[in-house]
Formats: sequence, structure tokens, C-alpha cells
Amino acid sequence: MLKTLLKEKHTLGMVLFIGSEAVFFLMLVLAYVYLRAFEPASFTAASALKPLQTGIFSLFLFASSGTVWLAHRSLSQKRHTALCLWLAATIGLGAIFLIGQGLEWRDLLRQNIDVSQHLFGTTFFTLTGFHGLHVIIGLLLLLITLVLALLGDFKSGHSTAMETISLYWHFVDVVWVVIFCVMYLWTLL
Amino acid sequence: MSEIPLVPENHVPLPNVSSSNGLLAWVASVDHKQIGIMYLLTTLLFFLVGGIEALLMRIQLAQPRFSFLSPEAYNQIFSMHGTTMIFLVVMPMLIGFSTYIVPLHIGARDMAFPRLNAFSFWVLLFGGLLLYFSFLAPGGAPAVGWFAYAPLNERPFSSNLGVDYWALGLLCTGTGSIAAGINIIVTVLTLRAPGMTMRRLPVFTWMSFINAFLIIFAIPILNAALAALLIDRQLGGVFFKPSESGSALLWQHLFWGFGHPEVYIMVLPAFGAISEVISVFSRKPVFGYAFLVGSGFGIALLSFAVWAHHMFAVGLGDPLNLVFGGASMLIALPTGIKVFNWIGTAWGGSIRFSTAMLFALTFIIEFTIGGISGVAFAVFPIDWQLTDSYFVVAHMHYVLFGGTMFAVFAAIFYWFPKMSGRRLSERLGKWHFWLTVIGFNTTFFIQHILGIIGMPRRVYTYPDLPGWGWMNLVSSIGAGILGLGVLVFCWNVVYSFKRGQPAGDNPWDAWTLEWATTSPPPPHNFAQVPPVRGRRPLWDLHHPDNTDAQNPKVSED
Repeated sequence: MLKTLLKEKHTLGMVLFIGSEAVFFLMLVLAYVYLRAFEPASFTAASALKPLQTGIFSLFLFASSGTVWLAHRSLSQKRHTALCLWLAATIGLGAIFLIGQGLEWRDLLRQNIDVSQHLFGTTFFTLTGFHGLHVIIGLLLLLITLVLALLGDFKSGHSTAMETISLYWHFVDVVWVVIFCVMYLWTLL
Repeated sequence: MSEIPLVPENHVPLPNVSSSNGLLAWVASVDHKQIGIMYLLTTLLFFLVGGIEALLMRIQLAQPRFSFLSPEAYNQIFSMHGTTMIFLVVMPMLIGFSTYIVPLHIGARDMAFPRLNAFSFWVLLFGGLLLYFSFLAPGGAPAVGWFAYAPLNERPFSSNLGVDYWALGLLCTGTGSIAAGINIIVTVLTLRAPGMTMRRLPVFTWMSFINAFLIIFAIPILNAALAALLIDRQLGGVFFKPSESGSALLWQHLFWGFGHPEVYIMVLPAFGAISEVISVFSRKPVFGYAFLVGSGFGIALLSFAVWAHHMFAVGLGDPLNLVFGGASMLIALPTGIKVFNWIGTAWGGSIRFSTAMLFALTFIIEFTIGGISGVAFAVFPIDWQLTDSYFVVAHMHYVLFGGTMFAVFAAIFYWFPKMSGRRLSERLGKWHFWLTVIGFNTTFFIQHILGIIGMPRRVYTYPDLPGWGWMNLVSSIGAGILGLGVLVFCWNVVYSFKRGQPAGDNPWDAWTLEWATTSPPPPHNFAQVPPVRGRRPLWDLHHPDNTDAQNPKVSED
């Protein structure tokens, strides 16, 4: 595994990029934890979050990690139709997650919780916003892959694009696990 | 075997700016050599700009209560000087060297991702221009220092757009650096010529490789801080606003969490260049290769664990201060190991005092002075006494100018023949060297004393206290001499590019692979890569009866 990784430049490049991105998110998460630990009074608005609703929408994102893996497997098995279907499923699941995020943002904004109100607002919209941005980028990449696949690409059974994009998509998923834990589950404690 | 011309005569036309394609050939280039040269030229330009800013400051400080610059102008210029020198000169200059040299060192055709390489450079240039565009914006350039402490960096205290340009500019240059870092790592791991194992990498390439890891893990910390700052400033967020229960201290943690690894990002490749130069001009392989490389790893790891030594005066409490003071002292160990490695490399060698070697040897002395004054700060009572004084300015310039810039000059004299096909003038080089050494030490040594007797840094003027006036004048005169040295250097580059002595493939009789190809190398770098059977492939090539592998003294440890 490690040996093939060290030889294939595209996956290696993507792994390093993900490492760099991970530090970026780690800093935003640490900033959130730091501020919340020292200024708990500024985080009372966190009670407006709905862990159950977001948790359900999160399942769609987690499931999309599975479908992208299935898409990748279909690629190596040269099952072209399955590849297209699993890709489409991944995009659908990711999109449902994004819609859930949109609904939650709308609810909070209606309660006058926005990025400029207090530490909770600032950190919440920053973290979920940057994560959402990464989801959107991932969806665009998957969409491009799907269109190329529908046009007849990826029939050779091997594609570095597919490999790197699925790595990226898993990363976006893992980041959400962390954000969901510190932001939503912490509120339940 | 030595009869076989493994590196054939060059029949390929050399790349030339004035060739039919002209400027477009450079703008559209994805060739690592052209991109490397564009990096170096761009950073040289910014070096002159930052230097002029430094001279303006030294004119203002030459006399007590001088009114050459207004306080506002001074604050803008000193912020831009620091930001320029760190983000637009030292860091990208070293990346530029890595971009040019690393593929040649490992016998590769180009970087792993040539287009990403071009992106890295252009986004750096764009970020630099964005930063300087702030001078045209209403209210002018940022006036918050290169560290932009909170809450001074927030809207209520810096209401014009300077800080926004600063943050956006640094996000651009940072993105470029991360892309370059990824590119360098992948290049080293995937594109090495047969026989070029990791244990045979030239020290410069090792340091570039380690440095790339520092870049990809340290820059995102700054990016996160900048993103949060922009959200505060543009969207009304409260991350760093103490008045709305945000934390100004958080900015310092994030900024120095990036800022201390950054210090080593600005010096590791310089260590590498020095190792090459001292080895070649002493006619000996580097002494203690494994220790040179290993201490590079040590420095890289420790650099992420010492950031709070920039914050001793904040009041973090004794337990934290002790931890960070201790960790900071530890960094002196790997750095000291390197200094002894360089001395050991030169020891007993037949030294050629070319300009490159003079700069390299002087680097050891100046850098050690900066290192010693740096370790002093790890003892935090000393830090409490000297922090925010000119002692810090002196320390940091001994490390960054006496250290990195001296190494950069050594590297330019060493690799200019490879890049241009001509040698730099040694006569002008000696003038440049002595003016730089005299000017540099005159400017900065006396600042240690100014700091000890209490002159604060970051002030646009000062009262006429005993000694302050003449010492500042001496410092300013030194800056003038230093400026003169830089002018001689620029003239040398321009003159030698046109009329310099032709270099030939291997003017220094060096041993690493870049010297096996023509000067400048053809677009594809190597017609044929020589066999790599040790750390000095060209030595092995020219001495088939006495290769490194046969010599127990230099065999791979």
C-alpha cells in the first residue's frame, strides 16, 4: 500500500494536499475548542443547533463515502454502468447533505444567529462554511468525473482521477465527523 | 570507462530570452529551470524594494527626533519591509532554488507537476502585487507589522483596506508555497534517477525535501488565521476581538504556530546550499552526512513545538514558559551539530576562497552569532528584559541576513554559472562580499547594544538619550554600505550575464548531477544521466579507480 503510494505521483500529491488541508481544519477546530473552553458564556446559542436533524443529514454524507468506494471498485472491475450509477448516487447523497446544511443555516439566520453576532455564530459559520465549500468542490469534481464517464471515459479499469477524487471525498467526510463531534455532540453534554 | 563521453557535447540550442518566442516562452513556461529563474528574478526585485524600504527607515532613524518620514509612513514602510522580506524574498527565493536545482540533483527531466509548478510561481507574483497594490488604496499600506497583532489588525483599529490586502496577498503566496511544497516532495519521492537512493541525495535536496514538509504543514496554520481575520474584518466576525469576548491571544498562538516553523522554512534550504558550497570548495565530501540530514529532521520536528517563546511577555504562566523555554534550547542542539558538520567539512580540506566560499564561511560565523543571541531568548527572564527591543532586531537580522542571505549569495555565486552559462565576476564579487560583511555588521552589531540599553523596536523615532543618537547613526551608515554592496551585486549579475567568463559544464569541479549537463541545461536536462553509485556521482565518474564506494573514509554511513 505504502509502496504503491510512494510511486504514483497523483495519489501521493493528493495525500500531501489532504495533509495540508487537515492542518487548516485542525486549526479552525482548535480555535473553536479554545474559544469555547475559555468563553463558554458566548456559546449559549449553540443550544439552537439540532443534533438529531443534522445527524440524519450527516448519515447521507457518511453513506456517500461508501458509494464512492463502490464506484471505485466498479471501475477496477470494469463495470461501467455500475460506475456511473454509484457516482450519481454519491453526488445525490452529497447534495442531500448540503441541502441539510442549507436548511440549518436558514433556521439559524431566522433566529438572528449569524456570523457577526457572537463567538458561536462566528465559529459555527466559519467551520461549517469552509467544510461546505469543500463539499461543493468535491461535488463539482465528482460531477466532472460522472460526465466524463457518461461520455465513455474510464473504461480502462484504472484512473488516477477517480482515485484522487475519492481520497479527497473520504477526507471531506472525515472532517465532518470531527466537526459534528465538537460542534453538535459537545452541545449535548 | 572514463573515456566514454557519458555527457555528450551539447547540440541542442540553449534556451534564450531573445529567441523567436520571446517573452511568451517565459510566461507560458512549465519548465522548472525557467520557473526557477523567474522565482529568483522576482524575489530579487522584491529584495531591492524591501531594501529601499529598509534604507528609508534607517534614514528616519539616523538622528533623534528626525522628521524624514511621518509616523504613519514609517509604520507602513516597516510593516511592508518585514512582510516583503519574509514572504516575497527569503521564502520564495529558497523555493526558487529548490525548483531549479532539485530535479537536476536527482537526475529528473522536470518537477512531478510542471503546470502546478507554474501555478505556484504566478500565484506568488500575484500575491506580491496584491500586497503592493495596497499603497494605492485609500489609507495606504498595512501599518500593523509583519505579525499583525490583534486587535490592532481589526477594523476598529485599522479601518482602511491595508490589512485586507495584506491578508489576501499572503493567502495567495501561501497557496503557492503549499503547491510548491507538495511538488517538491512528490518530485523527490517519485522521479529519482536509477541509483539515486534517498541515502545518496545531495544535502541541498534533502533540506529542500524536509523544508517542503514544513511548508505544507505550517502555511495552513497561517491560512486559517488569515481566513478568520478576513471573516472578522469583512463579515463582522469576532474571532480576535476581545471587546466581544474574542481572543487576541488566539491570533498570537496561530500566528506563531505558523511563525516559528516559518523561521526554519527560511533557513533549511540555506543550510543545504551551504553544505554543497563548503564541500565543493574544500574538495571534501560533507562531513557527517547522516548527522547533517538527521539534524534537519530534528529542527523540523522541534520547530512546531516552540512557538510560545515568541509570547513569553504575554503572561502564559511559569509552567508553559518553562516547557517552551526548554524546547527552544533543544533546537540549539541540531543547529549546533550542523555548524560542527560544516567546520568538519572544511577542516583539512584544500580550500579555494572563491566568493561563494567566502560567503559560505562567513555565513557560519554570522549565523552562529545570531544563534547564540537566539538561545539567550529561550531563558525567559532574559527575554522579558530584551523583548521588543533592538536586541531582537539585531538577533533576527543576524539569522536572516547574516544567515540566509549570505547563504543565498553563496548559492547564487555557486549556481549562476549553471543557470546562465557564465561565471559571475570574482573581482566584483570580492567588492560585493566585503561591502556586505562590513555594512551588515556595522548596521546590526551595534543594535545589540542599543537594545540592551533600552531602545524599543517598531518606533518611528526616539528621544536624544546618551548614546542613542550616534549608535543609530553608525547603524544607518552601515545600512548605506550594505546598500552599496547590493548595487555592486546587481551590476555583477547584469554584467556577467552578458560578458562573464564562459563557465563550461562544471566550472567548480563539483560532484553532484547538475554539473553533468551543459550550462545552462537543455530543456530536457540530461541527454544521459551518469550512473549513480554513491553520493558524488561525478567524482566516481572521473575517478573510476578511487570511487567513494571503494574509500572507507567516505563510504555511506
